[in-house]
Amino acid sequence: MSKTLLDIQNLHAEIEDEGKAILKGLNLAVKAGEVHAIMGPNGAGKSTLASVVSGKDGYEVTDGSVSMDGADLLEMDADERAKEGLFLAFQYPVEIPGVSNINFLRTAINEIREYRGEETISAKDFMAMVREKSAVVEMDPKLASRSVNEGFSGGEKKKNEIFQMAMLNPKVAILDETDSGLDIDALRIVASGVNKLRSENNAIIIITHYQRLLDYIVPDYVHVLADGKIVKTGDKNLALELEEKGYDWITDEINA
Amino acid sequence: MAAYTEEELAKELQNQEYEFGFTTDIESEKIPVGLNEDVIRLISAKKEEPEWLLEYRLNAFRIWKEMEEPDWAHVNYEKPKFQEISYFAAPKKQYESWDDVDPEMKATMDKLGISLEEQKKLTGVAVDFVMDSVSVATSFKEKLAELDIIFCSFSEAVKDHPELVKKYLGTVVPSTDNFYAALNSAVFSDGSFCYIPKGVKCPMELSTYFRINEAGTGQFERTLLVADEGSYVSYLEGCTAPQRDENQLHAAVVELIALDDAEIKYSTVQNWYPGDKEGKGGVYNFVTKRGICHTNSKISWTQVETGSAVTWKYPSCILKGDHSIGEFYSVAVTNNFQQADTGTKMIHLGKNTKSTIISKGISAGQSHNSYRGLVQINAQAENARNFTQCDSLLMTDRCGAHTFPYIECKNNSAKLEHEATTSKIGEDQIFYCLQRGISEEQAIGLIVKGYCKDVLNKLPMEFAVEAQKLLTISLENSVG
Repeated sequence: MSKTLLDIQNLHAEIEDEGKAILKGLNLAVKAGEVHAIMGPNGAGKSTLASVVSGKDGYEVTDGSVSMDGADLLEMDADERAKEGLFLAFQYPVEIPGVSNINFLRTAINEIREYRGEETISAKDFMAMVREKSAVVEMDPKLASRSVNEGFSGGEKKKNEIFQMAMLNPKVAILDETDSGLDIDALRIVASGVNKLRSENNAIIIITHYQRLLDYIVPDYVHVLADGKIVKTGDKNLALELEEKGYDWITDEINA
Repeated sequence: MAAYTEEELAKELQNQEYEFGFTTDIESEKIPVGLNEDVIRLISAKKEEPEWLLEYRLNAFRIWKEMEEPDWAHVNYEKPKFQEISYFAAPKKQYESWDDVDPEMKATMDKLGISLEEQKKLTGVAVDFVMDSVSVATSFKEKLAELDIIFCSFSEAVKDHPELVKKYLGTVVPSTDNFYAALNSAVFSDGSFCYIPKGVKCPMELSTYFRINEAGTGQFERTLLVADEGSYVSYLEGCTAPQRDENQLHAAVVELIALDDAEIKYSTVQNWYPGDKEGKGGVYNFVTKRGICHTNSKISWTQVETGSAVTWKYPSCILKGDHSIGEFYSVAVTNNFQQADTGTKMIHLGKNTKSTIISKGISAGQSHNSYRGLVQINAQAENARNFTQCDSLLMTDRCGAHTFPYIECKNNSAKLEHEATTSKIGEDQIFYCLQRGISEEQAIGLIVKGYCKDVLNKLPMEFAVEAQKLLTISLENSVG
């Protein structure tokens, strides 16, 4: 049996200063080699889940635990979580003017290597890796030399997220609405990139509103997140059912 | 950006205190504190100066006595007590050749990372190293001499090339210009002199490292750089100072002369002791830098200012000749209680003159950072052009960024552009970096270097690396 890479138990979290509870006892266990999709209505807490797990400021965990490959994530700073192998593909990738993609990634890779007690990557190996991995998402290698996300189209930004994922080779990747803002061709390319990165050693969590992405990246499990909790879990057919019937029947089912 | 070594920066970051805060134990010769005509005569006599230069100094002193210290800059500090400063300090020993240089002084230079031996072999940079006020070693002189380039200490120039010094000294920054320039003209101790002959492209970067090394000594450097017709030179000036409790006054004057079709590129990295975290100590840096451009010539100032408790500095261009070009690229960083009031003046006199100003101010801690600039288009300056971009980045909510742009236009054919932005360092940018495994200090370093890229790119490569280190060191623990 493969090991659990991400284990979230009874997670309660609220927005700092406001005291507004968003996550209300969320449980999720993701094993190596698995792809999980998390769907749910607006305001259910999907993006909050991504933020809390990755350690973004502004949220307070009031109860529960999150561990990755046995390590307690909640005890770590955001950069430490990343160094341990957690990756978040941002819904809205951030622009960093004047900092080239490659400089950004080389800094990240070398910090991660240093954290693991490994040698820094040579310029030659690094550039070979850039060429190889940019092909995964059919990204123009020229984009690697441009400033991080600056002046990128919506599709280029999302491709760049998956390119970074390929470069950093995480244990657990959370893709936060990676399909939003993509046309059908870009969606296919991004999805095919993610599929190439699926392996027996990593786990992928896809947060999405739409079933469409799951036609390309077929999940092992589909979860419905509503009101801060996972309320229903099924296989890929659950996503199709949701597409057809919406979310109301589930909430009705719970309330009944 | 790819070639810069962030790993090195990380190591530097571990050192929280001012890195170059050591002093070198070298015998110094000091004149008693205070300033009067006798002191000036003594300085001049010690340096065996000709009569005309003594007269120049005395005249400046008389002008200075009548002047008031300016207070229009956006800075607050305790005014220096000019009668409690020693106006001359020279290492006692003089050296005939590099081999004779005191090993301890060599060790100091090694610690600064500018070992002459290495530089001679590896970088092709000629260094005129100024410790306190007297140049102790000048390298590459012979090689430069083959091209008839003169690059020496100011004192040597007075002895060996008096006609050039006399012809140009004070022509760009007259003694009457301002309080500190007048003081400098009266008491300047030493500095650098450079002359590039007609049509000569100087094949290497000329570099001077300044260092204040004597407690309670004002440092009054004088730099005079003449690029004759059709010549080119790139000049680097970098500064570090040892840690001191009391304030140290520094009032330098730099004059650049670009004759017809000449080009001067003048780059500065300034890292004088900025005072401690409580705002105690630090260097007062009151500098007058100005260049004059004759027909079809170009002067480009690039500066990275991270040091000093108080900075008052406006490297400027007088665009006298038709088709001449002036440029100013600046990064000024203030942290803790530092204060900087810096910018430039572009004086357009000739026809078809062009100027560019790119200023990037970064304020952290409780510091105050001001840009002050003047773009002046005179009546006869047909078709003048200026582009100004003036950006401020705030690292905390307790610091200040201020902008004082002045534009005076007396000719309707001028085209002037001014862009300005003020932004706070983005938490979302920092989180994005953190999420990729980049630590917060590194993240800030990356973002700030990206912000300053337009200016850093104007620096020669080895200087750019040093400048980036300084930026990162200056902004440790600065977000809040």
